[in-house]
Amino acid sequence: MILLVDPAFRAGSLSMDEFVLPVGRIVERSERTWRYRHYADIGREIPEETEGVIICGTALKDNSFLSAVDRFDWLKATEIPVLGICAGMQVLCLAFGGTVGEGSEIGMTEVHVILPHPLLPPPPSFQAYELHSHSCEPPPAWETLAVSSACVQAIRDPHHPRYGVMFHPEVRNDCVVEAFLEMCVG
Amino acid sequence: MRLGVLCSGGKDSLFACYRAMQEEEVACLVTLVPKNPESYLFHTPNLHMVPLQAKAAGLPLVSEMTTGIEEKEVDDLSRALAIAAERHGIEGVVTGALMSVYQSTRIQRVCHDLDLWCFNPLWYRDPGTYMERLIASGFRVIVSGVFSAPFDASWLGRELDRDALSLLMQYARDFRITLTGEGGEYETLVLDAPFFHRRIVIEESEPWYRNYRGVLDVKRARLEER
Repeated sequence: MILLVDPAFRAGSLSMDEFVLPVGRIVERSERTWRYRHYADIGREIPEETEGVIICGTALKDNSFLSAVDRFDWLKATEIPVLGICAGMQVLCLAFGGTVGEGSEIGMTEVHVILPHPLLPPPPSFQAYELHSHSCEPPPAWETLAVSSACVQAIRDPHHPRYGVMFHPEVRNDCVVEAFLEMCVG
Repeated sequence: MRLGVLCSGGKDSLFACYRAMQEEEVACLVTLVPKNPESYLFHTPNLHMVPLQAKAAGLPLVSEMTTGIEEKEVDDLSRALAIAAERHGIEGVVTGALMSVYQSTRIQRVCHDLDLWCFNPLWYRDPGTYMERLIASGFRVIVSGVFSAPFDASWLGRELDRDALSLLMQYARDFRITLTGEGGEYETLVLDAPFFHRRIVIEESEPWYRNYRGVLDVKRARLEER
């Protein structure tokens, strides 16, 4: 089971339809099951049968999760693969010692692969859909896999299966979500 | 949150409105009407029906003119949304965008500039599941325009029911049209929705069809009790 975490301002909001359900559709197409959980309802631990966690994006104006990052402390205690998308990548950054600042991109953008990884399309670059008002400075020791002209686009923790992408792979880059699912047991 | 729904009169914008009403408060519909009716009849054959839909739903309507010139459309959209914010206190916008990155990028940018929320509740939904849900939820939708093979003239005014849906599914397989019509293969008009207080009855309409292109021009319509 893949746990889809919604960092939006409220559980089951219109943001869920836009940022969680499209990811769920890719998970289903990969013949896996998923469960929805709003970040405020997770508590200290994620469900035992979780094989992978995807922290999804939020609406452009929704940055309330940035002031509630302690709600994601369970991330530090898990060895289960985690993919953070947009807001999810910002959460990973803050949880592991990186920083988040201003930096907006909206629409299709050229993303340059600087460190090839099976998670991403092959180098040199690919087009990706962006929808963010903040950007990330990755945690110390994390690797930057890809960048756009504006900011860091993909990161990974070299010691744990934790990945962040700033673009929205559920739009025209399903392969990124599929590659992540390949890394999850089950 | 008070929201304005961008409405073209078709199934996607009104289904998005229906979903938005389940979560937030829909304060108004917003529509852009091209100045030159000749140019838009073939793109948005229902736009003149939106005021009647707004009335049926009991919602105020913000209707603004657009030049129809591509580069100017964004300014027209921005003006319409600013008026909706001022007049009806909307804090965000809802669209029926399904997969169009081009459209959604433009709307997201306008909302960002105006400091408005932007929601696209149908974004990247499975087309088959969405169409099933549309029908099951009690929407009454007719085809008001066709712009692609293999649609013949009998589609003009045809209701989107289960039979029509299975034929569309066949077309999507065999003719590579999008099931939802988002590729512009067909346009729809909503006559009744679960949140309408009254339904629309077409009293007079004129079909025009030639070589896989056609529209149902609704000349006269009224509201009737459901």
